[in-house]
Amino acid sequence: MRRFILIAVPYLWLAALFLIPFVIVLKISLSDVALARPPYMPQLDFAAGWDGFKSFFAALDFENFWFLTTDDLYWKAYLSSLRIALTSTVMTLLVGYPIAYAMARAAPEWRPTLLMLVILPFWTSFLIRVYAWMGILSNEGLLNQFLLWLGVINEPLTILNTNTAVYIGIVYTYLPFMILPIYSALERLDDSLLEAAEDLGCSRLSAFWLVTIPLSKNGIIAGCFLVFIPVIGEFVIPSLLGGSGTLMIGKVLWEEFFSNRDWPVASAVAVILLLILVIPIILFQRNEQKQREAEG
Amino acid sequence: MSQTVFAPWENPTEKPLIQFKNVTKRFGDFTAIDDLTQDIFAREFFALLGPSGCGKTTMMRMLAGFEAPTQGQIFIAGQDMAKIPPNKRAVNMMFQSYALFPHLSVWENIAFGLKREGKDKDTIAARVEEMLRLTRLSKFAKRKPHQISGGQRQRVALARSLAKAPKLLLLDEPLGALDKKLRQDTQFELMDIQEKTGTTFVIVTHDQEEAMTVASRVAVMDEGQIIQVATPAQIYEAPNSVYVADFIGDVNIISGRAKPNGEKVATQWAEGQPDIIGTTATKFDAGQEIHFAIRPEKVAISTEEPQDAANRVRGRVLDIAYLGNISTYHVELPTGHVIKAQTANTRRLSRRQITWEDPVWLSWTDTAGVLLER
Amino acid sequence: MKRFSWFNATSLTLGFAFLYVPMIILVIYSFNASKLVTVWAGFSTQWYGELIRNEEFLNAAWVTIKVAVMSSTIATVLGTMAAYVLVRAGRFSGRTLFSGMIYAPLVMPEVITGLSLLLLFIGIGLDRGVLTIVLAHTTFSMCYVSVVVSSRLVSFDKSLEEAALDLGCSPFEAFRLVTLPIIAPAVISGWLLAFTLSLDDLVIASFTTGPSATTLPIKIFSAVRLGVSPEINALSTIMIAIVTVGVITASLITKQAAVRQARDERMAERPA
Repeated sequence: MRRFILIAVPYLWLAALFLIPFVIVLKISLSDVALARPPYMPQLDFAAGWDGFKSFFAALDFENFWFLTTDDLYWKAYLSSLRIALTSTVMTLLVGYPIAYAMARAAPEWRPTLLMLVILPFWTSFLIRVYAWMGILSNEGLLNQFLLWLGVINEPLTILNTNTAVYIGIVYTYLPFMILPIYSALERLDDSLLEAAEDLGCSRLSAFWLVTIPLSKNGIIAGCFLVFIPVIGEFVIPSLLGGSGTLMIGKVLWEEFFSNRDWPVASAVAVILLLILVIPIILFQRNEQKQREAEG
Repeated sequence: MSQTVFAPWENPTEKPLIQFKNVTKRFGDFTAIDDLTQDIFAREFFALLGPSGCGKTTMMRMLAGFEAPTQGQIFIAGQDMAKIPPNKRAVNMMFQSYALFPHLSVWENIAFGLKREGKDKDTIAARVEEMLRLTRLSKFAKRKPHQISGGQRQRVALARSLAKAPKLLLLDEPLGALDKKLRQDTQFELMDIQEKTGTTFVIVTHDQEEAMTVASRVAVMDEGQIIQVATPAQIYEAPNSVYVADFIGDVNIISGRAKPNGEKVATQWAEGQPDIIGTTATKFDAGQEIHFAIRPEKVAISTEEPQDAANRVRGRVLDIAYLGNISTYHVELPTGHVIKAQTANTRRLSRRQITWEDPVWLSWTDTAGVLLER
Repeated sequence: MKRFSWFNATSLTLGFAFLYVPMIILVIYSFNASKLVTVWAGFSTQWYGELIRNEEFLNAAWVTIKVAVMSSTIATVLGTMAAYVLVRAGRFSGRTLFSGMIYAPLVMPEVITGLSLLLLFIGIGLDRGVLTIVLAHTTFSMCYVSVVVSSRLVSFDKSLEEAALDLGCSPFEAFRLVTLPIIAPAVISGWLLAFTLSLDDLVIASFTTGPSATTLPIKIFSAVRLGVSPEINALSTIMIAIVTVGVITASLITKQAAVRQARDERMAERPA
């Protein structure tokens, strides 16, 4: 009995507040927009019994999904989200790997401090960290002031409200997600493996390619997924740092919902986004599982 | 010159493969190696033996090129190694942890060094197969390191470091991770492989039994210095110091004052006890402090007073350790000294005649022990 | 042999500069006397004064803290239960679905979670406000709590619980007297994580709130959309300061505990 309660409470909570909402999203994505409250139809009419049920299901269709394919705004937004997520993941990896590597090579007594310095921004408000770049990247911002002072440029660059600003924002906010798994893979790396590689004729650089990189592979994969997956649905960064030209699906969904009040289309956008994410999520889970098995 | 026994160190015309010349290595304030000079010859199986922190691993890492001497020089085959990085040395190392690459198969691990040399595929494959046969690993070529046993991993590490046919193979506690039975088998295997390949082996170990079994010469180290270098038999039978005598095997040490008497030296060691008579080649001054060291198996134990022994003392049995093949008796002398005596159990246990608290006689000949200055 | 080259030193310096310089600039400019955020016009704390007098921000802050405390507390209880179920309950029907529901919210885009919860609340006719935000935050942060706690439970020696049962505890007593004190650090960090997630959340709160409850991130977001403002800089500085002090204190406490334990163990080894 006790065991039953223990299982039932969190189970029911998650079912009610996580699973059922999804069913609702799915259902609404198949409904039609209407000028009513709530602004979609059909409504399920329980009073009408079985006939009501039948007519309810008869009224559902894939019209919204069809609509998504006809308006190129949507598939452009999906593609552009994927492209931005992919590019920024690679950029985050290029910035994060050397940092993780240097941390793992640092003296053991320094490592906890370095680790704390990486985690600290984690606990700081995401919104604030994105906001911090607004003041830096704007036309009169500090970056432009600095570059003008250096004499590198003659007139301010437009960075804020462009994709460049979005990339900077993503790399900045998601950097800890990339550093941590790579660091934990590199920290476990046994130094004698590198010595063995050198002993067997590797230069330091080739030992890095042949030993360090393959052995931190799982950390790299985990870090990339931890950046890639949430960035696809990102909303805050494109809406604060991006411009009108920045198309990201999270922003489109938000606007569809709050500005156009087209709930069925917003739901259809969400369903497709979820379908897109299923593949990387499954790949990520498989990588995690493989890693757990490898550790015994 | 016809040598039946392998002993290049006794031949003054022989060129050493490795030369340490006044090598000192410091880590900050700590001196790991202190002004050390030593030659090691080709085809030797040279053991560095000592407690942890004695500098033996540092010596090996300097040979491999992972550490550079603070002072002095190291020569391998007449070449000064100072400027040569590890990957350019014809020296390979077998790591204590084996350091097998976990992402590569057994086959790829063994081929790793060969590939770095840029050899063609067929040569590499042939050499890897040869190594797999030598170490009896052919069946496991496709497996990853975590899919094989500890003993097999040890053999992969050996095969990998031998694959490049190095002039010199360094072994860092190679058998440390194996259980006792497997260790003993592997020791003989190592000797066999060393003989077959003709490679010079330098092994680091803290296990004296292992050093004695495998090595052609053993260097006993302490605090960054080599205390004695000799064949296992010499080290055991003629240690040059109490430290070496005590480190290798079991020993009784009795300290006293020297009373030279021709070829013999008597040791005055306790009031009212007869002097211990020993034989030595070294000269001792009268009254000089002297240590008499004797192995337990050279001390005879009996219930009757022996008649013909040069040295005999009375005592009482304090403890008996029965080890199956031998028994060790701890005998307390009236002076309070405890002497260990060992006998081989050639008869069954039931016939043992000496038991606890028995008064007994201990005896030994005048050539059984050694006399040491320090 | 650790190789700490100039390359490593450079990447650490540049990396941490990248992570911290934007925040340091933000803090510095919160003390700027000018209304123009990019022009330095001398030191002033006037924006902090304005912030304190700004009723809307104070109300939003109060709502946010209320929501965070409630949701993180419920999430900790539910998350710990869920972790216990995941690690200890063994097989039961629907276990795969259960663990799926624990892990899925961690990778779910916030826009989807927010949208789906909103549609649920509308569907059942629940008035949107503090309650709905608390429900929403509890749901996603309990998953984080359960991941943190279950990773501790996995390494927890089960024989300790068995010993407690053997000595006459009921299963609940065994949990309360043995398991809970040992996994307490994980439970506390789970709570802290849930608390910060709730404080931080903009997207889900925007979807699930009504006109009656505006949280701080919603407030900040709508202010910031119009551009950089010195008041927001001041607010950010306060939040950064709180987090910094909190994290450093927490890590010092952990470190001290580790040092004390190491010392105690050394003392215990020494012969009396």
